[in-house]
Amino acid sequence: MSKTPNPNSFSKGTDLAVIILYFTMIAIGILCIFMVEYTSTGSLSNSLIGGKNSYSKQIYFAIFCTFIGIFILLLDSKVFTAFANILYGGGILLMLATFVIGKNINGSNSWIPIAGGFNLQPAELCKIFTALLLAKFIAKPETDFTKIKSQLIAVGMIALPAALSIMQHEMGLALVYSAFIFAMYREGLPPVILIVVLSFAILVIATLLMDPSLLSLMLTIIAGIFILFLIKRFKRNKFKILLVIGIWGICFGTVKFAVPYIFNNVFECYQSTRIYSMIGKEYDCSQNKKSAATAIKKKGKKPDDYNVKQSKIAIGSGGFWGRGFLKGTQTRGKYVPEQNTDFIFTSLGEAFGFVGTASFLLLYLFFLFRLIRIAERQRSTFSRVYAYSVVGIFFFHIAVNISMTIGLFPVVGIPLPLISYGGSSLLTFTILVFILLRLDADRQMVIR
Amino acid sequence: MALYNSNRGGIIQIIISVIVVAIIGQLVSLQILSNKYKLAADNNAIFRKVIYPDRGIIYDRKKRALLENTISYDLVVIPNEAKGVDTTALCEILKIDKEEYNKRMIDVILKNTRVKVGVFEPFLTPELYAQLTENLYRFPGFSLSERSIRAYPYNTAAHVLGYVAEVDVNFLQKHEEEGYEMGDYAGMTGLEKQYEKALMGQRGVNRFLRDNKGKIQGPFEKGQFDTMAVAGRNLYTSMDVEVQQLAEKLLQNKIGSAVVLNPKTGGVIAMASSPGYNPNLLTGNQRRKTIGNLLTDTARPIYNRAIKGQYPPGSTFKPLGALIALDEGLITPSYGYNCFGSYGACGDPRKCTHAGAGHAANLQIALANSCNSYFLQVFRMAIDNPKYGSAKNGYIKWKEYINSFGLGRKLGIDLPSENKANIPDTAAYNKDFGNPKYWNSCFMLTLGIGQDRMTATPLQLANTMALIANEGYYYTPHLVDSIEEEDSEDKAELAKFRTKQDVTKISSDIYKVIKEGMHDVTIKGTATGVKLPGHEYCAKTGTAQNPHGKNHSIFVCFAPKDNPKVAVAVVVENAGYGATWAGPISSLLMEKFLNDTLTSESTVKADNLAKVDLMPEEIKAWYIKNNSNRITPVDEYKNDELGDVWEMEMVSDYKPKPKVQDTINKIIDSTNKTKVPEEPIGNKIKANDTAILIEKKKKKTLPPKNVKNT
Repeated sequence: MSKTPNPNSFSKGTDLAVIILYFTMIAIGILCIFMVEYTSTGSLSNSLIGGKNSYSKQIYFAIFCTFIGIFILLLDSKVFTAFANILYGGGILLMLATFVIGKNINGSNSWIPIAGGFNLQPAELCKIFTALLLAKFIAKPETDFTKIKSQLIAVGMIALPAALSIMQHEMGLALVYSAFIFAMYREGLPPVILIVVLSFAILVIATLLMDPSLLSLMLTIIAGIFILFLIKRFKRNKFKILLVIGIWGICFGTVKFAVPYIFNNVFECYQSTRIYSMIGKEYDCSQNKKSAATAIKKKGKKPDDYNVKQSKIAIGSGGFWGRGFLKGTQTRGKYVPEQNTDFIFTSLGEAFGFVGTASFLLLYLFFLFRLIRIAERQRSTFSRVYAYSVVGIFFFHIAVNISMTIGLFPVVGIPLPLISYGGSSLLTFTILVFILLRLDADRQMVIR
Repeated sequence: MALYNSNRGGIIQIIISVIVVAIIGQLVSLQILSNKYKLAADNNAIFRKVIYPDRGIIYDRKKRALLENTISYDLVVIPNEAKGVDTTALCEILKIDKEEYNKRMIDVILKNTRVKVGVFEPFLTPELYAQLTENLYRFPGFSLSERSIRAYPYNTAAHVLGYVAEVDVNFLQKHEEEGYEMGDYAGMTGLEKQYEKALMGQRGVNRFLRDNKGKIQGPFEKGQFDTMAVAGRNLYTSMDVEVQQLAEKLLQNKIGSAVVLNPKTGGVIAMASSPGYNPNLLTGNQRRKTIGNLLTDTARPIYNRAIKGQYPPGSTFKPLGALIALDEGLITPSYGYNCFGSYGACGDPRKCTHAGAGHAANLQIALANSCNSYFLQVFRMAIDNPKYGSAKNGYIKWKEYINSFGLGRKLGIDLPSENKANIPDTAAYNKDFGNPKYWNSCFMLTLGIGQDRMTATPLQLANTMALIANEGYYYTPHLVDSIEEEDSEDKAELAKFRTKQDVTKISSDIYKVIKEGMHDVTIKGTATGVKLPGHEYCAKTGTAQNPHGKNHSIFVCFAPKDNPKVAVAVVVENAGYGATWAGPISSLLMEKFLNDTLTSESTVKADNLAKVDLMPEEIKAWYIKNNSNRITPVDEYKNDELGDVWEMEMVSDYKPKPKVQDTINKIIDSTNKTKVPEEPIGNKIKANDTAILIEKKKKKTLPPKNVKNT
């Protein structure tokens, strides 16, 4: 670790495309926040530098993040491997600390107040630390990632902060940790696991959609047909018949017990309702044991699918060309809740229409592909794993966030990277990108 | 580590692409394929404020306003903002209870949703208005909204002018493309309906941007989509308020109708139908009550008899019969018929009022004396005309003539639901008498004297007078001469009223003969007693038999004899001889129009005539019976039904219809009808008795005194 920066390494080898894309996104983000917050009163320059509006604050956040980015680029790339363990440990400790000193913001006490009225969300930062730790673990020469044991250790590293997030009622943040599956898959996680995970997801959705008894009957019939047709093979290998019965048992259990149990006892009422409303069904909150007490408090609030409805109206009303800059009535009338943060995509969709949203998505796609290209050109496993983790985290955020604004995914509170208003989130993504840029600048080195 | 998994980078790229494509797919469906979101967004955020223009004013020929606008106030409410209302105080002011308050609130929400303005109490009285203005601060969400309502300064011409009313669901369905909305007002009958487009003007719409709490943030897009309200255009009619008022006055206490036409233009000078109603009672807050009463009234005061009443023309048809015969060359003006008091050529003899020899010595004398036999003979000659081979063909030709005179078809006046009355066609007679080979002129003999199944509306009768007065042409009768700022569409609409209807192709010499005959009617014939001071005039009396009681008294005429300026038809139902009642009414109307004033003698005559009560007994009985059982009227009537209720086939049927006692109610219009004094409930029986006594007294003190001649 050297504190004196190498003057050559700063600009040389740094991927300019990513930097341009990074600043473009931030500019788009500030523009979107501006569209949401803008009121015609007062002078524009005052409100821009006044620091009172969110777009003005976001400008300051961006400036701050730029300094952080420069600072990261000035660091030695070995520092990341060296400190990965400590950072991860510190992050977990901070997350634990929130249970004691946490501040409640929007119903989740995952925030730690720091000086100047700013709050820090350790779970956000933990994504970076987890990525670093995972990269370091897989890059170790003694780790053979084809082995089940190493895979389990990796999953454990990821699952720990995820579990803590769930305990903080941050469902969205916890889900983000599943994004590491990209990195693990790239490093040799058997595709069977992907298939199994996918099949399981389909099974869960089918459970929600269909009558459980009918579904379990169908499963039983399918298993029966399997056994009948492959009976000769099974005679040779008794183990396989057990496998089929085992799979049937797991499926049956999921349909009949696991899914209802999770929906009624693990999820909050609002979460179950959101998921059910996705598939166009209504969830009966009286079944939910966990939120029986909170249910009374929610009375008289706007219906739960209000957000998605208004968000779809905003995006849909944009049409092909959009309603024009500052002309969106949904945005101006503040019909979409949380439009600054989680629903920022709607202001873009309303103002600039399909042309805007599609170009924006293509920009993101280009950004992701660029990151993948960077990942593939790394000589060191550490950098590659880390790069894929970044790709995974970015992609997961983008896909889930946009999907939820257009009604393809239940509403979970995760921000749109680099666009949504919020210092914590912007800082996290900045650090993620700039660490990658720093590693990429040293791509000829082997970092462990 | 080796790059042994490097192909997986590609797979990850594919996975990412697939998901991005899925998202773009959903965006396509949201933003391009579906436009419901745009509508939803507009519904959310754009608040439309409709600005109602003043409706056009209707003027008479001297630019006096028959119909104008005044301001009335409604108490309106936005249900979403009506929080923390001092309901007790509000209920007290409006004199309603809490339950009614809630009910009205729900009605408003159902009609206009929670966020739009809805009418809570329409047509506030001045006292209520004052009270509410003072206390409005206690009722958040409530406000007072101005609206323009109709007023009738002369209290006249209700049937012609029609009325406006709030549109209902049926109306909205019928006029889907015309931009009406719940709560709008539209013309439902009369000129208000006929000229709705011109009168309505153009509503203005201001659009405002509204936020998620319903607060107005300012004009939408700086008002560039706002439209200005354009005031309705005025109508200039050919009517004359004074003649109209006189016509209504003369028809008081009678059932009947009068139409006064200007034969030179076809313009309607006056059109009255009795019983009528006070049009001012159909605006503002009396409307509901009044309409209920009018609808249940057995004398049907809403019904415009002038264009819908079908009456057998009786003897007033005779000049037309003569016209046909003359034109066909079947008779000459000197043709005479030897009538001895009845017509027996078809078996069963038909009576004639005169028996003296020579009362039908030629056409002129026959017309003057209204000889039935003469015109029956003339009719038979027309039907059995050897030129056409058969009675059927003769009849077809005859009917062609009649239709060309404007009978048996709609004239096309600019009022809704004109009736074409009835000239039976051959099919009708085939049905009655079988194969046309077997029927002949004797079968429908009395058509020749305007009876049988022939009917005509008073408007059609007046139009035949215009036709004879003009010697062969007429202008389609109409009320509206011109519209303010006429556009090409209006011009096209009015063009038919400005074109000469030269349909009969009968030479004017023939008309001159008829005119002379009709002139004789007034100097030595059936209408000798009916005088028109200062003018010579032509007329024909009619005393039409009908299946509903006493003969209808009918009179048609035009004046002056040379250069006619006015044509009149008057029908008084079940009143007796034409010259007795309809005659004097007609002459007074002509006098008023031609001289612009009445002589003092005529004024007295008019006052006396107005007092004469010729209401059929059944109707009087009905009034007495139903007034004593008065209860609150049923208040739900669909506006569209009004027109249809009275569409029924009519040859004035005055038998009181059996009705559920509960729904019947009647208030006699104070201006034109028998008034039964209101009494406290305890005195009801007594009130009945006095009412009957009053009726009897009237009959005794006012015997028919004018004319004996027919």
